[in-house]
Amino acid sequence: MTRNSETPTDDDERMDFENAIVSDSDTDANERIETDGGVGTPFEVVSEYEETRRDRYRKLYDAYVHAPISIIWRDWRARIGFTIVAIYLLMGIVGPLIVEPTSVTEGPALAAPFETMEYPLGTDNQGRDLLSQTVHSTSTILKMVLSGAVFTVGIGTIVGSIAGYKGGMTDTVLSSITDVFINIPGFPLVMVLGLMFDDQILGNPYAIGILLSVASWGGLARAIRSQMLTLREESFVEASQAMGIGTSTIVFKEIVPHLMPFVVINLTNAGRKVIFEAVALYYLGILPFQDLNWGSILNQAYGANAHARPDAIHWFLVPMFAIVFISVGLTLLGQSLDRVFNPRVRARHEKTTADVEGEGDGETQTQDAMGV
Amino acid sequence: MVTIDWRIRRLGQAVFTVWAVITLSFALVRMLPGNMMGAMITRLARQGINPARARELVEYRMTIDPDAPLLPAYLSYVSETLQGNLGQSVFYSRPVVDVLAEALPWTLFVLSWAVFISFFIGITIGALMAYWEGGKLDIGLTSYAIMMGSIPFYVLAILLLILLSYRLGWFPTGGRQPIATDPGFNLTYISGIVTHAALPVLSMLVASGVASLGMRGNSIRVLGEDYLRVARLRGLSDITISTQYVARNAVLPMYTTLLISIGEMFGGSIVLEQVFQYRGVGWYMLSATHQRDYPLMMGGFMVITVAMVISLLLADLTYGYVDPRARRSQ
Repeated sequence: MTRNSETPTDDDERMDFENAIVSDSDTDANERIETDGGVGTPFEVVSEYEETRRDRYRKLYDAYVHAPISIIWRDWRARIGFTIVAIYLLMGIVGPLIVEPTSVTEGPALAAPFETMEYPLGTDNQGRDLLSQTVHSTSTILKMVLSGAVFTVGIGTIVGSIAGYKGGMTDTVLSSITDVFINIPGFPLVMVLGLMFDDQILGNPYAIGILLSVASWGGLARAIRSQMLTLREESFVEASQAMGIGTSTIVFKEIVPHLMPFVVINLTNAGRKVIFEAVALYYLGILPFQDLNWGSILNQAYGANAHARPDAIHWFLVPMFAIVFISVGLTLLGQSLDRVFNPRVRARHEKTTADVEGEGDGETQTQDAMGV
Repeated sequence: MVTIDWRIRRLGQAVFTVWAVITLSFALVRMLPGNMMGAMITRLARQGINPARARELVEYRMTIDPDAPLLPAYLSYVSETLQGNLGQSVFYSRPVVDVLAEALPWTLFVLSWAVFISFFIGITIGALMAYWEGGKLDIGLTSYAIMMGSIPFYVLAILLLILLSYRLGWFPTGGRQPIATDPGFNLTYISGIVTHAALPVLSMLVASGVASLGMRGNSIRVLGEDYLRVARLRGLSDITISTQYVARNAVLPMYTTLLISIGEMFGGSIVLEQVFQYRGVGWYMLSATHQRDYPLMMGGFMVITVAMVISLLLADLTYGYVDPRARRSQ
């Protein structure tokens, strides 16, 4: 089995990592911060984790940056996923500069798609160009995804891992809070809140992302907690406890890395969920909107009975395609990252190096991690 | 003794959640700037009802006295709510409880089928994919799961509505029961209910895609465990290993996902019931939102929450039977 073939490299890894501590850990860490800044991919989770544990930087760089990139380019899912997400990023950033915004009676009503170059995707019943509508809503949606996914996963991971590991009173309090948020059905809650705060969220996509995360971190927190319940029984955790390593060190250095695949997949899932829910809220006509977006296009199409009219079907299909396509991209990305982070091999590396590691100054640094 | 304690504690959590939601809804109604009560009073006053009478009406409908100090108003709201008085719907001029009690069975009917079918499919497919990871079956089923997982259920719902109802005419285009048939245990009525529910249930099948991807990930994690190597060395068959070893150990996180997805489906039922004009709790809550019928809206919110709390509680109490590790660590 291929998994066994990795074992001999353990010693090299260890050497690398010891060298890294002695010589150049600080400079490397600084470089890392610089090179990482502003990369808007799900890799952010990993880099956050790297930054806060600078002394292990070198080993982690190999394990989490160098190796994944080479694995990723061999995986078709990753290539397609990255390409799709890149297309949307381009569409969201550059698109509005190239494609002119559309207006009522710009073209004929309900022009069919793929017939004229002027309206490649056709028009709606008021003669507005659907391509332009789709492109211009992309950047709004991307902003929602960014803030929503980061908030959901951040809160979920922190609360879930602390609750699951600590147990006792901490668990009771955190789990009760988590339970309340799980038990309150997210979509109706967001609906009610959206109605209450419609002034604040009008035209502010970041606020909508945060609003959506209010209802969705609970599920992740509980899932992380239940994983933690099984992980904390594992022998390497018992060993760490017996060695007297501090709780936060054990949680964020020993256990959370085992949850990384889970967290990374959830980051892309959270992004997808934000899109689904935001579009659904706009589709239902609950959130106020100034500019058209994928959801409000659907809303107007349904309102105009486009589902019952054969000549208006493209009005539905264009925004639907935009949603499904980015969602396919995010899913493929999550899948391929799963493959990259998942191999048991990596977990074994974590275990072996953890034993050599000792306490060092890891304690203070994981405090940073908790603060993040 | 330990298990009994745990169950009581879990029950306490459920009660706590219900209390928290009642409190939240009170806070939303009473405290927020530009609050709903003010809006209702203004609207009634604009209809020519004098302000004092308008306040009384609002108090009756919302079961919150706008003039009372915070604490007494809160206590009376909680006690009214616990007695099942959710106020009076403005639009239907009926008690909110009556409106929702009539709609709830329909929502539960659709949801229970959707949850059951999609998870049965999802877990089976996920386990198969993981066991033959990288094989042809895995690639084929992964494509299915990715497609299903990437389509929002309401997109699938609208597509099904367009194709199967409007184009092919196989299913009714909306509603929850046949119009011209008497309700009762006759074949036309029952088959009518089934065909009306079929498309909403089918739309929820996208959840099976998400579930199978999650199950695949968990199973792959389990596949690295040493006890599987031992099982292979013992010469156990593929079927035994995949069902007895992999599936059982991968299912705990899936069980959690299942519980959470029940909640998401409750929320999702609002969109779904709008698409199919299926008059369940979600449909009433949405139309209440559009009509600014706040008592019905908050009532719908609370009923959906309580339904969820109960289903999660039931599921949680059976948690230990799915995975003995969880029982031990409780």
